[in-house]
Amino acid sequence: MNRLEQTFTILKEDQRKAFVPYLMAGDGGLDCLADRLVLLEKYGATAIEVGVPFSDPVADGPTIQQAGIRALEKGTTLRGIIAEIEKARKVVTAPIILMTYLNPIYCYGISEFVRDISNAGVDACIIPDLPVEEEDLIAPQLEEAQVELIRLVTLTTPIERIKTIASKGKGFLYTVTIKGITGTRNEFDSELHQFLKQVKEVSTIPVLAGFGVSNEQQALELTTNCDGVIVGSKIVELFDKNELAEMEKLMSVFKQESKIL
Amino acid sequence: MNTYTLPNEKGHFGIFGGRFVPETLMKAVIELGEAYDDAKKDPSFQAEIQRLLKDYVGRETPLYFAENLTKYAGGARIFLKREDLNHTGAHKINNAIGQALLAVRMGKRKIVAETGAGQHGVATATVCALLNLDCIIFMGEEDIKRQALNVFRMELLGAKVVSVTSGSATLKDAVNEALRYWVANVDDTHYLLGSVMGPHPFPQMVRDFQSVIGKETKEQFHKLEGKLPDAVVACIGGGSNAMGMFHPFIENEEVKLYGVEAAGRGVDTEYHAASLTKGKPGVLHGSLMYLLQDQNGQIQEAHSISAGLDYPGVGPEHSYLKEIGRANYQSITDKEALDAFQLLSKMEGIIPALESSHAVAFAVKLAAEMKTTESIVICLSGRGDKDVDAVKNRLEGEN
Repeated sequence: MNRLEQTFTILKEDQRKAFVPYLMAGDGGLDCLADRLVLLEKYGATAIEVGVPFSDPVADGPTIQQAGIRALEKGTTLRGIIAEIEKARKVVTAPIILMTYLNPIYCYGISEFVRDISNAGVDACIIPDLPVEEEDLIAPQLEEAQVELIRLVTLTTPIERIKTIASKGKGFLYTVTIKGITGTRNEFDSELHQFLKQVKEVSTIPVLAGFGVSNEQQALELTTNCDGVIVGSKIVELFDKNELAEMEKLMSVFKQESKIL
Repeated sequence: MNTYTLPNEKGHFGIFGGRFVPETLMKAVIELGEAYDDAKKDPSFQAEIQRLLKDYVGRETPLYFAENLTKYAGGARIFLKREDLNHTGAHKINNAIGQALLAVRMGKRKIVAETGAGQHGVATATVCALLNLDCIIFMGEEDIKRQALNVFRMELLGAKVVSVTSGSATLKDAVNEALRYWVANVDDTHYLLGSVMGPHPFPQMVRDFQSVIGKETKEQFHKLEGKLPDAVVACIGGGSNAMGMFHPFIENEEVKLYGVEAAGRGVDTEYHAASLTKGKPGVLHGSLMYLLQDQNGQIQEAHSISAGLDYPGVGPEHSYLKEIGRANYQSITDKEALDAFQLLSKMEGIIPALESSHAVAFAVKLAAEMKTTESIVICLSGRGDKDVDAVKNRLEGEN
């Protein structure tokens, strides 16, 4: 069982919800990545999603686009990020999930990429522009290296397709809560709760909701029908503004619910 | 002799192509593929396309023997496939009509599109006006400056033009924004992609809609000369006019296929758009294709005097044809294209689009190396009215 599966098994036993923050590697300089990972773990991150900046992030809204541009301007590369994660692994125990568009991986070389992230202690990958139809390009290698491929389902995914996608994964199912790109939202689609219930029913692995989650209330509301939330743009924004107290507060949302305080 | 049947059912041309899009779009691209397969077999759908191409667009377009240019080049006989004479002034309308009719058939009455030079935007806005569809066009801020007249045209036709300021503010960034818009509005909106790129079925579908160029050329040339041309030449940004010209000739291996990319200030500078000449395979905008990228897989900005060729990728089928050696890809600099722009204007009284000028420039060089008994067809993909201002400024700047 890999680190991610273990984490979710414990979480389930404790009946706690998952809080997975996302940060853009290289935003603020790559040398602060390790410190930020430590901080997110301290604030209670269940797992941490590390974003790789890409020149053409079509699934991302303005906040993450801008963070990506800042990171690229500081010369951030996938190679550099993997090296930093390898260093940070000595002090961070939370599962690390690398989120990257496909092209930086393709350019790196798929086998080399899988080998290097596995050695660096990355537990899972999210590739937003790799649907299940195309995943043979990398999924077999990841499986062999015991790095999970986290798959996404969305409000537009038909139920039969959700079943197929859910049956492939081991880590968790990433449920996109909005029809649209990443970024904070004031409200969610009315059909969302029904959708989350449906996904939860057909999925044998934990279901996490992400895209557009920006405050405690949304996190609590969403997790009535799923196992946790992923928060991206808001965390990126708080790091950029250096509002760490606010971040700690947001990330404590599930702590009072915990039965093992 | 139907041995070339690509793409396969997953949209792959060898290793190229595919559907590399966010999951939110998968349902839409799968449905689009099914709807297209269905429409393709429907005689009434095909008849409606044919009717509009004939009565509205003005097809077929002439295949014109450019006698003066032939004499000037001093070699092979040069013919021009006059896509510049289409309604709206370029080949782009062939595809816009096909896709808009398909959108209506699918019950989608909102259209989003990207545009570089503005030709695809104008074609899309035109068809949307005709079919009473809502139309929103994303266009790079840089291109809006270069092609101000086309922006006004689109607005006149009832489209909303949205300026894109991210990245290099050109075609690549307009595609990013159009894709983001589509992700957020996928239920009722069709993305009317303008070239042979993007996720399957776009590369195949756009090629099929543009293949009218090559089919007509083949018949017309046969009628005139009783044989096939020895070579066809077309410019390549994403590659739609070239793919439309090439596809009907792919199995006629005696016909050489030449695609001409924009070399900008030179392929050995950082300022060009020659994806096949200088790029390497990668994934962008839904497809695996040749891409201009740095050593870390970040997409590089493309540069060309011609807004329509200013794109860092090239359609997956072109990537495949390069890989198997069936088509030959060359490049032409801004300077050479400008010279050809003026040359064709003076020689034949035809002002070509700056995009098409790249094909003209290469064809003149190619003709000189060929026998006088041989023939070349240039796909004159668009007319140059839209470029007159930019060329004037450029030429005055040089003096």
